[in-house]
Parts: sequence; C-alpha cells; structure tokens
Amino acid sequence: MAEEKKLFKVTIDNITIEVEPGTSILNAARMIGGDVAPPAMCYYSKLKGSGGKCRTCLVEVAAGSTADPRPMPKLVASCRTNVMDGMVVKNITSERVIDARNGVVEFLLINHPLDCPICDQAGECHLQDLSYEHGKEGTRYEFGRRTFHKHDLGPYIQLHMTRCILCYRCVFTADQLTNKRVHGVLDRGDHSEIATYIEKSLDNDFIGNVIDVCPVGALTDKTFRFKNRVWFLKPVDAHRDCPKCKGHVTLWYRGDEVFRVTARKDQWGEVEDWICNECRFEKKKTSDWVIDGPTNVNRHSVISQGQYLGLKMPTEVMPEVMGGRQPRLLMDIHSVSEVNRKDIDLSKIEGPAHSTDFEKPRPNGQQAIDNNQ
Amino acid sequence: MGRKLLLNKAHVEGILTYEVYRREGGYRSVEKALKTMSPDQVTEEVKKSGLRGRGGAGFPAGMKWSFLAKPEGVPRYLVCNADESEPGTFKDRYLMEFIPHLLIEGLIVSSYALGSNRTYIYIRGEYAWIVDILEQAIAEANQNGWLGKNILGSGFDCQVYVQRGAGAYICGEETALLESLEGKRGNPRIKPPFPAVKGLWDCPTVVNNVETLAAVVPIINDGGEEYAKIGIGKSTGTKLISACGNINKPGVYEIDMTISVEEFLYSDEYCGGIANGKRLKACIPGGSSVPILPANLLLKTAKGETRMMTYESLADGGFATGSMMGSGGFIVLDEDQCVVRNTLTLARFYRHESCGQCSPCREGTGWMEKILKNIEYGKGKKSDIDLLWDIQRKIEGNTICPLGDAAAWPVAAAIRHFRDEFEWHVDNPVESQHRNFGLAHYADPLPVPVTA
Amino acid sequence: MTKFSDDKLKKVQEIMARYPDGKQKSALLPVLHLAQEEFGGWLSAETMDYVAGLLNLEPIEVYEVATFYSMYNLKPVGRYLFEVCQTGPCMLKGSDDIIEYIKEKLGIAVGETTPDGLFTLKTVECLGACGYAPMMQLGKNFREHLTREKVDSIIEELRARAGN
Repeated sequence: MAEEKKLFKVTIDNITIEVEPGTSILNAARMIGGDVAPPAMCYYSKLKGSGGKCRTCLVEVAAGSTADPRPMPKLVASCRTNVMDGMVVKNITSERVIDARNGVVEFLLINHPLDCPICDQAGECHLQDLSYEHGKEGTRYEFGRRTFHKHDLGPYIQLHMTRCILCYRCVFTADQLTNKRVHGVLDRGDHSEIATYIEKSLDNDFIGNVIDVCPVGALTDKTFRFKNRVWFLKPVDAHRDCPKCKGHVTLWYRGDEVFRVTARKDQWGEVEDWICNECRFEKKKTSDWVIDGPTNVNRHSVISQGQYLGLKMPTEVMPEVMGGRQPRLLMDIHSVSEVNRKDIDLSKIEGPAHSTDFEKPRPNGQQAIDNNQ
Repeated sequence: MGRKLLLNKAHVEGILTYEVYRREGGYRSVEKALKTMSPDQVTEEVKKSGLRGRGGAGFPAGMKWSFLAKPEGVPRYLVCNADESEPGTFKDRYLMEFIPHLLIEGLIVSSYALGSNRTYIYIRGEYAWIVDILEQAIAEANQNGWLGKNILGSGFDCQVYVQRGAGAYICGEETALLESLEGKRGNPRIKPPFPAVKGLWDCPTVVNNVETLAAVVPIINDGGEEYAKIGIGKSTGTKLISACGNINKPGVYEIDMTISVEEFLYSDEYCGGIANGKRLKACIPGGSSVPILPANLLLKTAKGETRMMTYESLADGGFATGSMMGSGGFIVLDEDQCVVRNTLTLARFYRHESCGQCSPCREGTGWMEKILKNIEYGKGKKSDIDLLWDIQRKIEGNTICPLGDAAAWPVAAAIRHFRDEFEWHVDNPVESQHRNFGLAHYADPLPVPVTA
Repeated sequence: MTKFSDDKLKKVQEIMARYPDGKQKSALLPVLHLAQEEFGGWLSAETMDYVAGLLNLEPIEVYEVATFYSMYNLKPVGRYLFEVCQTGPCMLKGSDDIIEYIKEKLGIAVGETTPDGLFTLKTVECLGACGYAPMMQLGKNFREHLTREKVDSIIEELRARAGN
C-alpha cells in the first residue's frame, strides 16, 4: 500500500525530503526544521484560511517542479504555496529572500510602538524574535507612529491595537471556535484595526484563545496584566477534567503561585489544544490541576533562561544547507573556555547552569585553574 | 481616420435606446453566436482575434477563457469588471454611459461562450447614474428576448445583474472584486487558486474588463481573423484611450493601434496638442500605475525609434526607458507641472486605497507618502530619495496583489527619470514652495546609442 | 425606529433574488447603499444592525464592510456632500485651488460641515472623470470642469433648493 502513495520530492535550502502532495512549502520546511523553516507571523496551521498576509515567510522557488522546472518570477508565500514534485526552494540560501524578509520586518516595525519594556508579551513575542533575527538597530522611519482609539474588550482580554500586525488570526479563531464573532477587522489600509465597532466585550467560552494565537502583544490576558515577566515564571504542564475543553494547559508559576494559565504550545508556538475560558481565567490554584511535569521550552525562547530540564537539541542543519560544507568558525570557543562543553548535557542539569557544572574532573583532586589569575 | 469598432456608433442620436441600437445592427453577434456557433467556437474566435484584456494587465482574453474549469454540475460565472478606478482612466465609463447595449451584447455572447447563466457587472459605486443606464439597457434586452430563458430558442438561459461597489480602488483587482461581490471587504485573495478554478462563491469564474467584453461583439461579427488584422503584432484590434491632463482635447478616443504616440498627442483628431501653447514635460501613458516618461522618452524610444501606441512599443526599453499600455489612461503633464507633487498625489492615492491586508503595502504606501510630502513641502533630505527607492523596491513583487507594484512603480519611475527635480526640491526648500522646476532638460533629444 | 418602507423592503427582496440561494450576503453592499439613502445619508450602528437582521448576518460582518468602503458615511453629513477629487489628473488641472476656494467660501475645513447643516466638504481620490477635471461628486452625479465661478453657482443652486 505504502508504495501506491506518491510522495513529492522537494528540496529546500539544499535539503531534500519527501512529503505528501498538498503539503505547503512552509510545512515541508518545518519537517526539516531548524533555520530552514521560514518565520510565520500570520499563518497558523490550526486556523483554516490563515496565512499569506504578513509576507515574512516569502521564499524563492528556483524550480517549479520536475515537469516544469522554470523558476517562479516572484517570491511566494511559503505558507500558502503547495510543493510540487521536484520543486526547488531557497529560503535562507537566497539573498533575495533575506532582503525581502528584512524589508517586511522593517515594515512591521515602523508603526510598532516598541514598548516591549511594558508589554506583557515580551519574552514570548514572535515579532520580538523576528526583529532579533532580521531587524536593524536603528530605524529609518522618522514619523509619528500610528495610534488608535482605545477599545475595551471586557474583563478578560486586553487590546493594544498599536501593537497589532493584522495577522487576522484572532478573527479566524473567533470564526472557527465560537458560534458568534463580535470582533473583526474594521476600516482599511494603514488604519485597519481589530475592534468590535460598538463597545462590546468578548465573552464566548473559547474566546480566550485569541490571546494565545496573537503573535504580538495586541491581545493579552487581562487577568495577568503587569503581574510578572514571563521569563521569571516557571511553565508546568497540567491537566484537569474539564467539561468544555480537553483541559490540557500550561500553568505559569512563580514560587507556589499560578500567575496565568495558557494552552500548551508546540515548537512553532502554536496551540496544541484549544482551552476554554474557565480553565484559562478561573482556575489559578494548584489544587485545580493535576501536574504533568515541566514544560519543554524552546531553546531560543528567553523563557528557557536557566531552564534546561527536558531540553531537546535542535536539528543542526547548517552543514546541509551549505551543501556539505561546515560553517567556518572564527574561533572555537572551547579552546579558550570550558563553559558549555559539548559533552555536558545541559538537559541533565537541574535548575540554572553554573560554571561548576562544567568543571573537568581533575585526576589528583585539584581545583580547576582560573584563567584570569 | 483610424478604424473604430466600439465607438463608431457612439454618436448616433438615440444609440442609448434599444430601438436605435438594434436598427444600427446591434445584437447581430448574439444571433450569430447563439444560432450558428457552439460556445467553444466563440472562444476560438476570441482566441484567434488576439484580443488582450483591456483592464491593464493585457492578458490574452481567449486564453483566459480557455482556462475556465468546467466541472459537471457546478455553475460557472462571468463577471464584468466595471470598477474602473485607475487614475487617468475613464474609458469604460464612456462606453457604458453612451453605448450601454454594446456591453450587454458582448456580455450575452461571452456568457454563452463560458456557460454563465448569471452574469454580474460590478461597477464602481461612484458611477451611480450609470447603474440606471445599464439596468435600463438590461430591461430592454430582456423585453426583446436577448436575455432570459432559452434565448433565441438556443436553450441557453442568461440573466445580467448590476452590482454597485462602494468606493474602493482595490475592487478592480479581480479577486477583491469577487470578495466584494460576495458582500465582504474587498481584500484580494491569495492565489492560487485562481478564479478560473475557484472564483465567485467558489465556482469557476472569468472576470473581464468592460472594454474587453464589448470587443467580443465586433470579433464575432467580423471574425477573429479580421479583428487580428487591425493593429501591429500582438497589439490587435482597437483600444480605447482616455486622455487627460494638460492637453487641448481631453476625452476618450478609440485608436487602432497603428498610430504613433506623437500623432495621438498632437493631431487634432485626438489630444490636439498641449494646452495653452505650452510644451510637453512628461506623460503617464497607461494609467497612474505605469511608469511616467519624460518628453524625450515618450515620443521616441531609447533606440531613437518612433514610439507607437501599441502594447509592445509603449513597453519598449522595459522599465528603464519604457512604460506600459496599462489601462489606457493617458495623463499628460505640461512644462509647468511638478513631478514631485504629481508623485505625491499618486502615493497618497495608493495609501488611501491599500486594503491593509499585507504588510509591505499597508505600511510601505503610507511611508512613501509621508516622505514625498516632506520633499514636496521643502522638508526633505537627499537621503530621502534613496530611502524612497529602497521602500518601493521592497514593496514591489512582495505583496498579495498587484496594488503593491502599482504603488511602487510610479515612485520608482519618477525617481529614475526626474531625480534632479527631486534633488532640486531638497536643495531649494524655499524656492520650491513658490516655483516649479519647469521643463529643464526633459524634452532635450537623447543621444541615441550607435550600434555597430 | 429604523425600518424600510414596504416599497424599499420589496427592493431589498429584489436585490436578494439576484443571487443564488444561500448567497444573500452578496446583497450587503447594495442594501447598505439603500439604507444610507433612506436613513439620513449615513449609517448609524442602529441602521447597520437593522441591515444585519434583514440579511441574517452578524452585526460585525456589516461593520467590517461598512468601514472598508469609502462611500459609506459612518458619521452624519450635511444635506449636500461635496466630494472633491484631488488625485493626479485633477491636481494637474487645479483641484487644489478648487478645494481651497470651497474651504474659504464655506468657512469650513475638509471633513467639516457648515453650521447650518447644508454642506459637508470631503476630499476623495480619483473618481474616473480625469478628462473633465477638476470635478466633484454631488449625490448621485458628477459636477465636472469646475472653476471658482462654477463652484459659486453650485452653492447658490443648492442654497436655493434647500430654501424651498
């Protein structure tokens, strides 16, 4: 049977894999993983119709397919373009892509308030991550940033329209998870905004999920507002018997106190199972939950600071991307420092790592030599 | 006098009415198509004619029709794009206003070819009075058996409806138009799928411009091959050009694509030359989105050849020294016009009309407008010109729909050809507020490269 | 109470019949035009909710659409709305001067309404009358080849009409 199913061969950044027909370039790249996966600010695999808008996932199609190997003239949105058999895609190996992506990031930032110091999303913000990877230090934008009238969305959800990048994920969420959508995208062009038009609170049982799908700090949890920085919190997976949802969540602790509850997210930052408002906003005691254990936190998240337990090493794709060549290192850090030695498995260290964790066992019980002395 | 196929009867008294239109030979093509031809034969004639889409992109209409998916049991739709909104373009308005039955006739034949039993004309909301004209013409066509059930005993049913937009340039983009027709915001769809497969209400759909559909009438009457004999090369048939700006005779002209730009601009049959005895400075030959050309590149190509009013000749030299036929909106600037200000108004237009869906267009159009405003009002810097160039470059090609390109090209071309006018604005912030840069060297003959 | 007359309700039914079954959302733009004409030249939240009810849509679907298109007025406007085009081709033919003149003559800025509630001035982008520039939209029709004198006579004409 397996042989009957025709798979498509696609090469992305010199790495070839086989995928089911109907797979998008983005999802094929995610299967390869690592740096080959384009960033996605609006696409959300669990939301039908999402994607295509933010343009951060643009890639170059160097050959359309085996049957028609012509390149595509324009960069394409990898989240909304399906692979063809024999397609050759360039993501991080394309200068055009990097240039366009830098441009998109600049566009997304010119009107963004950059108020990360007072934004609850800081530390788990996809725009922040994107800016670190593709942004410039300075801005070329010398004009006042866009502002909006404030809208109150009720007791649970805080809207900061100035931070919104109009990914439409929250609109799709309300459409697909709730039976009555009361918010949407109003106005047009650079004044488009997420709003309800007449002041209305969002109070459907599942509407809290808009907080989790929002890639930026536009929709945040009002019950957690200004309570704590996410990187000071310890995420722990937990579950409960919930009549409305599956009840699989992440509890965010500081000490013994649960500061907030979110859905569990996968390595791409996407919600694994939608959760209901009751689980999210009303169950903030440890006794409400059965604890499953510490949450796996993506290495590149700031939340992973000092938390290596259960760490999964990311796939190293650089040599493959570079066609078999090893990246040229200016120096080998291990020749001068004993910290972060490859043979020490960070995930086995409980709590933050200290320099003592890297000390080499000395044959005669001597202390490690301090190089500075 | 060039040949006229669309407007040859436009000045006949009473042509607006069914009686006169019919007496002048109207609806012959419907008789011919429905009584003597199969739908595929109609499509074949359109293919043979070489007719290219008259909305702006210039894609061969017959080929577009042949892409239409025809799954069993699924309705197909023809939608007429009458959302004419490209600055400088007002040709479809003229056609609909003065000879509406020509469009209805073309729609019936085309609907027959494509198998569309419900056909919609999506017209821009501001053309409110034309809705009445079209609905009157449709009512007359119904009364006389050209629309409705079993037209001319052919077994083909067709009804035409007019849908009015409500103020959005973006709805001229075919998928935004379909969204709007479905009662939604005019956000362009992400393609694929293309309308030929999934269009109106997810059914296979063809969207064609008013002029394209009207041209089907002479193509069926005279045959595609006859039509293809008019014009030069791949620019077959006649084209409506709406001429405006600083000319003596602004208006809508039908040309047969065998005349030169110079003839079109200066002969009394067409634009009648630059108004008030002034000199030509620049021209946007195909609607606001296409590259602006200085006088010395408009009349002659960079190779020194006479530039013709054809798709190929207007595009000769690519974007470096050429432009495009576009929608046929011919905008003329005289020596006293300011290219910076003109570019600013166009940038403002595109910012205003961006739907806001994708980041480069939503953010980039506003940014360009702000910088251009600074330059125009004497607050610009030299580096702003390079910045503008970089912004337009990062919008172009990276957006969901062609509005991004349409916003980028005018800025790019203005800087490419009129950079010294921009620099003059920056260097003379005070003087530029009460005087224009003028004609400068923009009409001076260019050295023609000698090829061995 | 916001409610169409029987006559207009018939018109709404007629519009809805243009589309296949189940596609009544398509009637939204035409019905909003009708509502704007009927209920004072603008769309209040109440009017939009009424339209939503007629077409069996969620109110937010109507708000999203009404705020997208520039021809729907979301605030009350004067009895006569001057929508003057200011895009390229009109600019080349002096639209800036016409706008300045109307501002001066009526004593209002763009976007404002005269205290007597008669005139509102708006600037708009290309309306497709480039060959007959400068121009403005006035209700259902275009007024073209504008000059200062023509503006005077339009204002006079409308004042006289309003006096009746």
